[in-house]
Amino acid sequence: MSLTLAILVPLLGALALALLRLPETAARWLAVAVSAVPLALLLPVWAGFDTGSGAPAFQAVSEVPWVPSLGVAWRVGVDGISLSLALMSALLFIAAIAWPADVQGRARQYYAWFLFLQGVSLGLFLVLDLLLFYVFFDLSLVGMYFLIGRWGHGDAQAAALKFFVYTLAGSLALLLAILGLVLAHAPLTFDMRTLIAAQPLAGTTLYGGLVLLGFAVGFGIKTPLFPFHTWLPPAHVDAPGPASAILAGVLLKMGTYGLVRLPLSMMAETFARWALVLAIVAVVSILWGSLVAFGQRNMKRRIAYTSVNHMGYAVLGIAVAGALTGTAAAEARQLALTGAVVEMIAHGLITGALFLIAGSFWQRAQDYDLKSYGGLAGIAPRLTAATIVASFASLGLPGLAGFVAEFQIFAGTFAVYPWLAAVGLLGILITAALFLTLVQDLFFGPLPERHRRRFPDLDARETAVLGVLLVLVVGIGVYPRWLLDLVDAGTAAVIAGAP
Amino acid sequence: MPIGDILPEIAVLLTAVVVLLTAAFTPQRTHGLCAGLALAGLAVAGWLVTRQTGADRLTFHGVWALDDASRWGRLMILAATAAVIPLCPRWFATDRRHGELYAVLLFSALGAMGLAAAADLLQVVICVLLSSVTGYTLAAWHRDWAPSVEAGMKYFLVGALANVLLVLGVALLVGLLGDPGFPAMAAALAAPGVGSPLLLTGAALAVVGLAFKLGAVPAHTWMPDVAEGAPAPMAAFLTVVPKIGAAVALARLVSLVPPDALALRPVVAAVSVATMTVGNLGALGQDDVRRLLGWSSVSQSGYALMAVTVVGLTDAALPALMLFLAAYAVANLTAFAVVVHLRGLTDRAAWAGLATERPWTAIAFVVAVLSLVGIPPLAGFFGKLTLFLAALDGAYVWLAVAAVANTVVSLAYYLRVVAPMVFAAPPQAPRATLGRLTAATVAAGLLLTVGLGLAAEAGFAAAEGMTLLPVQGSSR
Repeated sequence: MSLTLAILVPLLGALALALLRLPETAARWLAVAVSAVPLALLLPVWAGFDTGSGAPAFQAVSEVPWVPSLGVAWRVGVDGISLSLALMSALLFIAAIAWPADVQGRARQYYAWFLFLQGVSLGLFLVLDLLLFYVFFDLSLVGMYFLIGRWGHGDAQAAALKFFVYTLAGSLALLLAILGLVLAHAPLTFDMRTLIAAQPLAGTTLYGGLVLLGFAVGFGIKTPLFPFHTWLPPAHVDAPGPASAILAGVLLKMGTYGLVRLPLSMMAETFARWALVLAIVAVVSILWGSLVAFGQRNMKRRIAYTSVNHMGYAVLGIAVAGALTGTAAAEARQLALTGAVVEMIAHGLITGALFLIAGSFWQRAQDYDLKSYGGLAGIAPRLTAATIVASFASLGLPGLAGFVAEFQIFAGTFAVYPWLAAVGLLGILITAALFLTLVQDLFFGPLPERHRRRFPDLDARETAVLGVLLVLVVGIGVYPRWLLDLVDAGTAAVIAGAP
Repeated sequence: MPIGDILPEIAVLLTAVVVLLTAAFTPQRTHGLCAGLALAGLAVAGWLVTRQTGADRLTFHGVWALDDASRWGRLMILAATAAVIPLCPRWFATDRRHGELYAVLLFSALGAMGLAAAADLLQVVICVLLSSVTGYTLAAWHRDWAPSVEAGMKYFLVGALANVLLVLGVALLVGLLGDPGFPAMAAALAAPGVGSPLLLTGAALAVVGLAFKLGAVPAHTWMPDVAEGAPAPMAAFLTVVPKIGAAVALARLVSLVPPDALALRPVVAAVSVATMTVGNLGALGQDDVRRLLGWSSVSQSGYALMAVTVVGLTDAALPALMLFLAAYAVANLTAFAVVVHLRGLTDRAAWAGLATERPWTAIAFVVAVLSLVGIPPLAGFFGKLTLFLAALDGAYVWLAVAAVANTVVSLAYYLRVVAPMVFAAPPQAPRATLGRLTAATVAAGLLLTVGLGLAAEAGFAAAEGMTLLPVQGSSR
């Protein structure tokens, strides 16, 4: 029940904002209040979540029939993976909505689209029905399209169009793959639990391979994986800061979460056959993303490309987790999968924070060029501190969240694909270089004349939002147990569920 | 004669006559009355169709099918025609022949109804002709306005050619199979060794003849012109109603052919892919919203033909066709209703800022085109979902992949209209509308587009095990 409400309350809030003629401040406060409801609903679910070894994989389940003749129903429920991602998303949405943004005189619409996006994003993580999963996957595109197109800057409409068309292509590939998977099971059902237990494509080679290809393309575009990442930089650069944070922090996770929940769980045998290919693509993404990011002078483009790099780590962990079936190297595979999930959460918090920071740079100077800044450490100490913590977390400094994730991924990968892990580690090196130069360009060296007069530090609201995100980043890095217990419960079930 | 079996058609015919007489003997300013009469007649006819619940059968010596497909098709035609009528009174208020319009509209709907029920090649021909002749008139109704006349002329020329091909195909089929009746044709086609290049030619020509009514390749060229040039309410009618009738007739024809007797399904599949691709490519560069909707209507015919392709290969084909057509009809009529409500506003640039100026009208249009794309949970999503399911189940995977690629392309041109509506600033002078009646139609379309999606289960349940005589008989 509380999961259903966590999805519906933001959607109803969006409707209310669209219909009621509220002034800007009221719309803002209503949006912040509504956006906090899902987190308040999910925290008790977390508290009541049984992580014991005998506990059911999916908990807090409820089901209401919707289209019984197709085997479609409103099914919600969480395991350790989806609950932790939903919690992170719920928090990041509060941060993005509370972030002071330039709403260009259309506050109601701006906040309504954000709440809509919050509802469908949480819906994607919380549902246990493939068709609903697809519905939310698609609807997230609609919400993001309007946010980028209306409140973006630069060539926002072209970026929004490219984003929508490109990712719709991915989601339709996903739809075909879902239908191919569902049709292989009789009777027709879209219930994820049934399909995970049935493994309908076991024993097929060509057919199963094609369905997996559909999933790989669909989720690969969303994640994004090389070579399907080209929609990402323009969408990020031209989107408003909070929308970028959501795009990177929540929407990209839909791709990696989908990889875990659908192909890895529902067609483990086929997945294992192709896992090496996926792992290689992931390593290419890691290297490509970091190298291209290093070459960017535009700070938002640079952060955007590090997303390609970081999501590459997550996909590498997922590929390793599915590389073998049965009990072979089960511990290493679970380690890699746990690392991948923690990477998703850490990336959500860290990159979310980085994009919000990039947004505040734009609001202060309408400029993303790294070379036009410098020496800001002296006049904006809070901004400097926040950026440095987020950057160091992103490059994987021990004691921060990124390290926990990447350590586990690479530890798991060394057990299964040692040489791929060795190549992938190069990515961490390049990432370190690119973040250090970013920090150096922005905060040290001479302060340009035009910023000397007026470059305000983070205000109270910005400091509070970033503070919460970065405290969590440090918290996960220093004492990850509270998160790992939850995630491990989910990943253990996925690894054990494979035949 | 079992007159009772065609009572709905008789009701439409009598209504048309009454409307014609009323129009002839009342002053022009009271012709709005004819709209009311036509609506009442359509309501009666619809009620009569729902009363035809008896056993599935072929009546009138086997030329007229009373089965689920025929009932669904005719109900959709009646409903779509009824949806067009409220768009007309203000649009044609100053037209000298305002009242007669409704009579012609009803005759045209009658032709489409006959197509949906046709179980005989000769009846197919007659109904195509009835639907076409009235269609030309409706397209060229504004005879003082060059684009309207041009649309009618083009429609007529393409139609004349297509009808000749249809008759040629029918002649070949009748000559080779010995009978124009569908049951006898089905029996002859089931005999071993009946397939021949000549027979395939005949069947393919018949497909082309019906493709004209569908607005499918190779006889699609009239569709964008009619959508642009015909009076906007008639464009709404002509892009929807003949399509429903022709799709059912074509599905019935294809169902007669056993999959291994004649390679007709690959022909239909080729037409399907060509249609969706050509329609989408044509729409890509359009700056004229009506013309764009015309091209999109072509591509939507291509999707509908996916279901026709797999008729007889999977039980899911017929329900998919009907649900897709219903979803298409609702969304397309809503989009055109918005155009009519905005007094035919058709330049893409002139739609700038509509979302700010008239949010609900803009929302209705955006929802309609997103439904045409197939974004969940709107009606169009379930239409496309069942199409994909049917195509995959019928082992036409490549067809589903082609449809997916086309869907992606289609999003681009729909968004070309949506983007200025939502992102640009509105002009200084507010845009005029056509009044309450069209606003109500737009609102009803919006509700249906969303509601049919959320209540999809009702449609799926009703469409399950749908019958298509003479081959897919009732199992009840």
